[in-house]
Amino acid sequence: MTARQQQDAAAGQDELIQVVMIGLGEEKFALDAGLVREIIDPVPFTKVAGAKAFVPSVINVRGNVIPLADMRIRFGMPVTEDSADTRIVVIELNVDNEPMLVGVTADKVYEVTEISRTDVQQTPRVGMHWKPEFIRFITKWREEFVIVPNMERILN
Amino acid sequence: MTTIDPTEIFRQEAGELFETLEAALLDLCQRPDDRELVDSAFRALHTIKGSGAMFGFDKVAAFTHEFETAFELVRKGEIKPTQDLISVALAAKDYIRALIEAADSTDAIIGEAILDDLKQFIMPAPEGVGAATVEAPVVTAERAAGWQLHLEFDSHILRNGSSPLDLLDDLCKLGPCFAVPITDAVPLLDELEPEDCYLKWDVTLASDCSSAAIDDVFMFVLDEMKLTISPLAHVDVPAPPLLQETIPDAPPPVPSLSVEPEPVGRHQAAPVERRDEPKRNEERGIATVRVQAERLDELMDRVGELVIAQARLSQLATNGSDLSIKMIAEEIERLAASLRDTTMGARMVPIGSLFGRFRRLVHDLSRDLAKPVDFVTSGEDTELDKTMIECLADPLVHLIRNAIDHGIEDSAMRAAAGKAEQGRIELQAVHSGAQVLVSVRDNGSGLNTARIRAKAEEQGLIAPGAALSDNEIHQFLFHPGFSTAQTVSALSGRGVGMDVVKRTIENMRGSIELATIPGKGTTVTLRLPLTLAIIEGLLIRVGEGRYIIPLSAVEDCVELTPEDQRSRGRNFLNVRGDLVPFLRLREMMDVSGTPDQHQKTIIISTGETRVGLVADQIIGNHQTVIKSLSKLHSDVTIFSGATILGDGTAALILDVTQLVALAQMHSEKQHMSEAA
Repeated sequence: MTARQQQDAAAGQDELIQVVMIGLGEEKFALDAGLVREIIDPVPFTKVAGAKAFVPSVINVRGNVIPLADMRIRFGMPVTEDSADTRIVVIELNVDNEPMLVGVTADKVYEVTEISRTDVQQTPRVGMHWKPEFIRFITKWREEFVIVPNMERILN
Repeated sequence: MTTIDPTEIFRQEAGELFETLEAALLDLCQRPDDRELVDSAFRALHTIKGSGAMFGFDKVAAFTHEFETAFELVRKGEIKPTQDLISVALAAKDYIRALIEAADSTDAIIGEAILDDLKQFIMPAPEGVGAATVEAPVVTAERAAGWQLHLEFDSHILRNGSSPLDLLDDLCKLGPCFAVPITDAVPLLDELEPEDCYLKWDVTLASDCSSAAIDDVFMFVLDEMKLTISPLAHVDVPAPPLLQETIPDAPPPVPSLSVEPEPVGRHQAAPVERRDEPKRNEERGIATVRVQAERLDELMDRVGELVIAQARLSQLATNGSDLSIKMIAEEIERLAASLRDTTMGARMVPIGSLFGRFRRLVHDLSRDLAKPVDFVTSGEDTELDKTMIECLADPLVHLIRNAIDHGIEDSAMRAAAGKAEQGRIELQAVHSGAQVLVSVRDNGSGLNTARIRAKAEEQGLIAPGAALSDNEIHQFLFHPGFSTAQTVSALSGRGVGMDVVKRTIENMRGSIELATIPGKGTTVTLRLPLTLAIIEGLLIRVGEGRYIIPLSAVEDCVELTPEDQRSRGRNFLNVRGDLVPFLRLREMMDVSGTPDQHQKTIIISTGETRVGLVADQIIGNHQTVIKSLSKLHSDVTIFSGATILGDGTAALILDVTQLVALAQMHSEKQHMSEAA
């Protein structure tokens, strides 16, 4: 449907994708490493009154004021207090053909790793309370299911 | 990053030349006899032709050549620059511009049509010149067997990069010529300035070319030389081979012992080249450097970051006890402030560059609508941030169109109203404190308040018979889709526009005001901040959050007295006898907990409306570097942007106009619930 999905389909089945593995609640998400600009420690954030629930605040990252998104809200997960493992992953997205930096809160950042497309699972239509459009695909990594999210969709 | 496309430079240069050309042509409408203007237009054309050919814009060069040839007759004063001719010339200018900007998509047929039109004007001239003949608009009286020329260059001509020898070479191309250098003026060796030109030449030219062709050779140095041309009945020119040798041999400044030292050359004020351009350019005799706009933007960004870093340093220094660090922090604060001012100054552009564009618009509109209009501009040297100038173009086009289309009546109505036939539109820019006011004033019929009201009622925007001030009624003009024009013309009356104008101006953190006197005219005034990048702000605290209010909007700060907050239903404040509605920022920002005991109210105003904002604390002034909010927050209207505070956290900037609108909505709702 989207260019990215076509690209996904066109890519060879044995292709490995570099990802940054993050933890949100009980789930593991794999963010395309190409999107990730940097990973920073939590910084003080500024609440934006009246903003959409999943982008409740803004932060200062190297002199730029960027929105801080909370994917947990998009995936209906409980929002927990920041812990020692909490990080902000700064990703760059194209929104309406303009690059935009967004911070994403992660409960934990595991590692930069590679996932293989051979293990891609068909996104199940039932048994999932997440909107299917938020998910590019689900794959297996070290015998665990990980979600590769569609960040453009999630942040729109 | 620094590689610059030479054709890009040509485009930029051509852009400026087009402005000169257009200004000259439009001035010619008013002063058809002004030779200077004709020359100025001609020179611009010639430069476009020359550099166009140099950068490979062959189509441009070819067309401009034809255009120039046709225009030659005007230059020689044989035909008058009539209104119609100038219209065609303007069209030709547009066509050349199109050729430069998008050569491939520009249809050559248009060019041919324009040339045909041009020929129409030129054919009736006595001599009748085909446009294809090059330097041939020959006048019989000027035809001679040859020419005797006397060339005297200003002594500084070599420093300006002109070479007399090259000019002599060009002269040779017209026909065989014999040049004799006159060395009288060459001083003694110890007084000789190696970079001055002391030589004069007597040239005998055996060619039946026109005197204009000779003028053309010297076109670019005419201001810096004396050229005497006299026709010769018959010429004795030595055989060409000899002359070919003579010229290269003619030694440049050679000292000769026999010559009396004599002061040479009148030293003219240096940049003579720009003499014919409009006045505003004339005043700027200072050296200028061309800088790409993006680099200025980058510089501004860096300065913004510096100001933020400096604020953090200052905070650190104030909290610490090290005196020497405090001194350095103060020093850096001072430097950062002056660097900021300088950088902002570098981004300032006189608004005149924008005004120039509208003369053409008015010219075309007044012709199309058959409403003669006198267009007057003032305050061209008022400076504004360059990004603002770019943003202002479209709104002003719209306002001027409206003024001509709706404001100015047609000739019959003007006559009936006892007004001069020619309408008048004034475009004015003035500084007013930290703001710039740009106004468009017409002396037309004024706004028809009754009609606007009827339309608003018809569209269901107000209840019939509702009590509204005239000013409130006029505000409906800014309502999306609101138009009172009875017929939709190509220009206006579609109801899109004024709302867009308003939005654009508000996006620039400006405001728009309407004033009208029935039968006398309408004035639309745009109030704009000087710059978009940095503003003076008032830092306030609401709960834990800190916010910035643009200082230009702040009128007053008062404490909220217990009486004022006594009842929750009555959100009005008594400010020196005036009732001012107020908004509790704590409620708007969803702050929980108990408010501070002494609540402060900041009175802000936009135009005539005043609103109080209730905050917990007023922290103080803050140099605010404006960062825009991302698309993800574009739905949040009460903030116009964000900035970074001294401690590195982000603070949001309140959008004053939105807050006022919100306050009005609140009180209207209250009125309604009271009524119900």
